Amino acid sequence: MKARIKFRKYGALRFIGHLDVMRFFQKLMRRADIPIAFTGGYSPHMIMSFASPLGIGLTSDGEYLDIELTAPVDSREAVERMNAECVEGIEVISICQIPDEKKMTGMTILAAADYLISVKSGSLPDHWKNAFADFMVRKEIRVIKQTKRSEREVDIRPLVYGWEIQGENIWLQLAAGSTDNLKPDLVMETFCSLCGIPEESVSFSYHRLEMYADVGKDGRKCLVTLESLGQDVAM
Amino acid sequence: MRKLALSDEILLNIEKPARYIGGEVNSVMKDSEKVDIRFAMCFPDVYEIGMSHLGIQILYDMFNRRDDVWCERVYSPWTDLDKVMREQNIPLFALESQEPVREFDFLGITIQFEMCYTNILQILDLSQIPLHASERSEEDPVVIGGGPCSYNPEPLADFFDIFYIGEGETVYDELLDTYKEWKSSGKSRKEFLERAAGIEGLYVPQFYDAAYNEDGTLLSFTPNNAHAPAKVKKQVVMAVTDSPYPMKPVVPFIKATQDRVVLEIQRGCIRGCRFCQAGMIYRPTRERNVEKLKEYARTMLKTTGHEEISLSSLSSSDYSELKELVIFLINEFKDKGINISLPSLRIDAFSLDVMSRVQDIRKSSLTFAPEAGSQRMRDVINKGLTEEDILDGAGQAFEGGWSKVKLYFMLGLPTETEEDMREIAHLSDRVARRYYELPKEQRNGKCQITASSSFFVPKPFTPFQWASMFSAEEYARRASIVKEEFQAQLNRKSLKYNWHDAQTTVLEGVMARGDRRVSRVVEEAYRLGCLFDSWTECFRNDLWMQAFENTGIDIGFYNLRQRGTEELFPWDFIDIGVSRKFLCREWEKAVNGEVTPNCRMQCSGCGAASFGGGVCYEGKN
Repeated sequence: MKARIKFRKYGALRFIGHLDVMRFFQKLMRRADIPIAFTGGYSPHMIMSFASPLGIGLTSDGEYLDIELTAPVDSREAVERMNAECVEGIEVISICQIPDEKKMTGMTILAAADYLISVKSGSLPDHWKNAFADFMVRKEIRVIKQTKRSEREVDIRPLVYGWEIQGENIWLQLAAGSTDNLKPDLVMETFCSLCGIPEESVSFSYHRLEMYADVGKDGRKCLVTLESLGQDVAM
Repeated sequence: MRKLALSDEILLNIEKPARYIGGEVNSVMKDSEKVDIRFAMCFPDVYEIGMSHLGIQILYDMFNRRDDVWCERVYSPWTDLDKVMREQNIPLFALESQEPVREFDFLGITIQFEMCYTNILQILDLSQIPLHASERSEEDPVVIGGGPCSYNPEPLADFFDIFYIGEGETVYDELLDTYKEWKSSGKSRKEFLERAAGIEGLYVPQFYDAAYNEDGTLLSFTPNNAHAPAKVKKQVVMAVTDSPYPMKPVVPFIKATQDRVVLEIQRGCIRGCRFCQAGMIYRPTRERNVEKLKEYARTMLKTTGHEEISLSSLSSSDYSELKELVIFLINEFKDKGINISLPSLRIDAFSLDVMSRVQDIRKSSLTFAPEAGSQRMRDVINKGLTEEDILDGAGQAFEGGWSKVKLYFMLGLPTETEEDMREIAHLSDRVARRYYELPKEQRNGKCQITASSSFFVPKPFTPFQWASMFSAEEYARRASIVKEEFQAQLNRKSLKYNWHDAQTTVLEGVMARGDRRVSRVVEEAYRLGCLFDSWTECFRNDLWMQAFENTGIDIGFYNLRQRGTEELFPWDFIDIGVSRKFLCREWEKAVNGEVTPNCRMQCSGCGAASFGGGVCYEGKN
């Protein structure tokens, strides 16, 4: 049986990389006595997969990992047990049971993620709100996307599913997952360079709010949170 | 929420920022206003190395059990952060509170190996504490050193206020109580150090004067303060089972070198290898109760969530309840996905059986430490291992399915001849031959025999403390003789030979048996830019050689001289319980190639029985 854990990552733990978060959860499963399943073989490892790695320096209110259980757990009680064994910087929000099909894991169904972006140091020019609106009005935003092997030009505008100025912050809903994936820092870098805002004059902090799957049909998008695809278990 | 000492900009631009943020599982947070003593405990190397050290975990736990003490951890900032801290004048901070070390009451530094000495100066320097103890004021923390290198603290004497000689569990409480009393009295720093000097096992270097003969050897070493004893007595915990052990060790976020639960099953070693300092300074051998260890294993796996447990001791096979403990660990934890790691086991039928149950035979390799190639040489070093033992062990392992073997040797041992060196290659070849004696269908392809040699460094308080060393060129020549011999072997394609760097060996030699004057070289090397000397990518031999030249300190005096049995050594003021007479007797037997039985076979009267327990009194109740 499969379960999905939603957690927050905040404070100093934004400096812990993805692989170390994974190691943290492996040890957390043991400390909190979560009946997690193992693969076979000489060096068995826990069956555990994360929806999407969070980069170093980012915080989040909506991180997900899926695990395989050998016995059902009571959702409320398991959350309490895990939080009792957590440290400042990671908080488990929920654990729910998810369908057993393979293609339902967070990693495969992930389609979008929300981010909140705020100025960490330096400042933006006074007219930045209008400038950002103009930036988002563009039909096309072509950027050079660098990967480990190559660089290619892509249009990132269609990958921005939603945006909003919220006070002094920017809210963005961006494509996420294995087919299309857009990182918020690429959006902000592009914005700054197109508006002539010098790179060293401002830096941003990025906070992931939530992750979604697309359950829409016939090409129509319908985003639901990864959490909502599971069910609480009460025992 | 905890505020970090370093800004986001710094943390995002250095390697592994997690080294510096603290906040790990089981790390201890206290209210700094509600404690009397703040203790910064430092391992002067990078976080991943320092976090793997059991001794610090023990003391961290022991100190934090006291309500009036908050013990925090400090490690060496890697070179990238070192540069930033100097440029921006950021003081070194402790991980838990993220507050500057210089505001603490104590800075404790564990000194595990000689090549960390420049890192100790980095810690002091970045903490903005004067390097010399003599320049510190009441505002500065008390800098206290401990660990194996403090058995010859002299090359570091100028930099420490106090050295703790021996095992930390015995007199720290007394020292902390003394400090508390002194702190509220408002008296001088010197007064505190005088009180500390009166505690058994504590050495305050500034209360002693060294005088030298014309030939450079030590003439006398005498206290210059009435509170300082002429002899400092090594501290030993006799009731090891009842001594504190950390049930909730700190679990790093990033992978430390030792990412597992560590069970210390015993202290000391009965073997009496003549090159081994640990085998002498940790006498007498003391075992922990097996039932207690089982309980520790259960608790610690639960509180850490680690997926591996390892036994720690100098020679696990000599632990009398080993079978019981190992079988318990396998039965209890193997099915729960816990790896069981069994280092320092002698290869025999039992160890091969348990190893085949806890590891993948095809992938893992077996390790033998013959230490020397010829039987003559093994007798000189009193390594109670015969060629028959090695070939039998290897043979059984090959029959059990293993095909990879590692062999550890030392080069440059006292009385070593060219024949002894070549025997390293011959012995490795004979191990390979043993493999090819198996019928082809029982073999798993070719075997891989990897032989490694390090160069021997004589250590204080060993029978070889009188021995001479060689020059870097001579070490290189010896390694090339061995290399050549390997290439001439029948099974050369199954054999691999590596050797350790000779330049650091020479430096280790000077530090290991150096006197107070050597501290000038350490300081000069640090000023010239030496740091992380045990890391090949950082080691700068040219700067070290420059430092010797600038200070006029002669390497040859410390390394190339065979010391006379009457010579007064810089470390002779320490009483380790094992007598100098015994060591000298062992030195003479070594030169004659005579072996000494181990402590369980027959007592050799080393003097450690004076501690009143351990192996010395086994079966005598």
